[in-house]
Amino acid sequence: MDPLQFVTTARVAVVAGKGGVGKTTVTAVVARAAIRRGLRVLVVELDGKPTLDDLLPGTEVQHISATAALGEYLETHGLSRVARRLTSSGIIDVVATASPGIDDIVVLGKIKQLERSGDYDLIVVDGPAAGHAITFLLSAKSLISTVRGGPIHTQATEVIEMLADPARCQVLLVTLPETTPINEAVETDAALHERIGVHVGAVVVNGVDVGQTLPADVAKEGSAMRAAADFRNARRALQAHEQARLAKELPLPQLVLSLVPGSVLDAGAVDRLAAELDAS
Amino acid sequence: MISLRDHLTAASVVVCCGSGGVGKTTVSAVLGLEAARAGRRAVVVTIDPAKRLADALGVPGGLTNDPVRLPLEEPGELWALMLDTATTFDGLVRANAENDLQTERILANRFYRNVAGSLSGTQEYMAAERLHALHRDPRFDVVIVDTPPTRNALDFLDAPSTLARFIDHPLFKMLMLPTRRGLKVLNLATQPVLKTIGKVVGGDVLADAVAFFQAFSGMETGFRKRADEVIALLASDVTRFVLVASPRADTIEEAKYFAGRLERGGLVVHAVVVNRCTPMFGDAPSRRPRSAAQAALYDNLVELQATAAAERAHVANLLADSAITPAVDTSFVPTLAADVHTMASLATIRSLLFPPTR
Repeated sequence: MDPLQFVTTARVAVVAGKGGVGKTTVTAVVARAAIRRGLRVLVVELDGKPTLDDLLPGTEVQHISATAALGEYLETHGLSRVARRLTSSGIIDVVATASPGIDDIVVLGKIKQLERSGDYDLIVVDGPAAGHAITFLLSAKSLISTVRGGPIHTQATEVIEMLADPARCQVLLVTLPETTPINEAVETDAALHERIGVHVGAVVVNGVDVGQTLPADVAKEGSAMRAAADFRNARRALQAHEQARLAKELPLPQLVLSLVPGSVLDAGAVDRLAAELDAS
Repeated sequence: MISLRDHLTAASVVVCCGSGGVGKTTVSAVLGLEAARAGRRAVVVTIDPAKRLADALGVPGGLTNDPVRLPLEEPGELWALMLDTATTFDGLVRANAENDLQTERILANRFYRNVAGSLSGTQEYMAAERLHALHRDPRFDVVIVDTPPTRNALDFLDAPSTLARFIDHPLFKMLMLPTRRGLKVLNLATQPVLKTIGKVVGGDVLADAVAFFQAFSGMETGFRKRADEVIALLASDVTRFVLVASPRADTIEEAKYFAGRLERGGLVVHAVVVNRCTPMFGDAPSRRPRSAAQAALYDNLVELQATAAAERAHVANLLADSAITPAVDTSFVPTLAADVHTMASLATIRSLLFPPTR
């Protein structure tokens, strides 16, 4: 099988998962792997962190901030005069509070615009942190029920169309080969299907300690070599067990990213992981 | 140096902070277990506990917003609850409303129902509110709080102004601005600003929001007073902050962020718990063995040693941070070979954090 086929079936890939599972790593590796295949790739980042620029030198990374996007939106929709009266940050806060999710929809609207532009073959979105991914994607549906007309309604309708079309948008779900992250991935997948109706294209298992079982018993009982081998074998067995459980509970294409030794992620490590993904 | 055990013994409030996925909830549970072992009545406030953790603690149905006592055979007691932001908010409204009518108007408001559980900052605020209420609850000696897994988890430290954010909200101020205090009758039509905003976000939505803030007025004093009390409690000598981290470069950066955040709030990190450290197994033989099997084991040991050394360097980087007191108690919890979500594993972590005294 070609693992990249699963990440490039839709033009927009939203990388989602709970905090600490390595969404940014996966975003960087998927983008790098697609670039290796000659695709025109854009990376979208929502947290304002510069990490992705460092991990992907020479790749276009757009930082979309909800506040800035909303400010820009209001400006173009006749609220600039009001904004001046209230100070612009004040008006953004008022609007965002009065209409929860409006900032998310404006960000999704921007992504949709980029998708429509045709300038990119693949747009990889480093999804919002923690459990916010569901609310983020759900914003369009929530808003459409509260805002009955006007520009935001139109925006939300168009975003829903994009999210519902598996050829235009899909989610890559990131998890770790451990109990809790896998349980959370299974729950998130269900929520994405049932509540948002977005296609989950693949699950990416990050930080897998790939390797053969070590012949621990050739070392003396009680020696450092023996203890280290027993530990490594036990961890690998636990990971393999969890990966098998994931495959059973979440029958999706499973992509594996191996553990980065020394846990230092840099542009070189991203390159290696991308090459590995391409070759698997 | 004051040990984690000493801190736990002295504390009435323990706040566990750190980024998502580092094992804050597990550490909170272990601190609760230890407090119960020491004969105290502890309550752990979790935000989003894994179901398996609840299972391991003997609450198969999962946790609710009300504290449940866990079935332990310890001299003390361990209670746990899962924070329900919306329910806690409702309680706060009830406690501060001038009368039943005001309570009803707020609780029935559509805008309130939308934001009570989801508005950014509300979860952090309600966690602090809950902590305060439990601290006063005569059933408990110590409250252990597992903070939300977000960067702004500690924003409630800023000032009462952030805590009582509704009062200082620009929309609220705007509604109050043209009238004098006490004159709360406002007409949407007299507010061209609101009309313009309504055109963009939808008139109904805005009308609901305005109605909410109008209903809310009069409750400021209660909210502010409560906020001041929470801040005072967090800054007092009965509160301890435990920073939970894992020894990876990126999570260490997050931990430094939290330490700096506490420092800016005039608070200190009392103890650091570093979770999921690669264990140390001892020295490798001086020479790489010749046989392939032995060599594989040698390479494995050397690789794990290098990983452990890199992790220690990351932790040293954290401990050298100016926001952390040089003598802070630091505990290292190694990665366990088995799943952490069993009672046996929790007991193992407890014995590592609280080694038996001679």
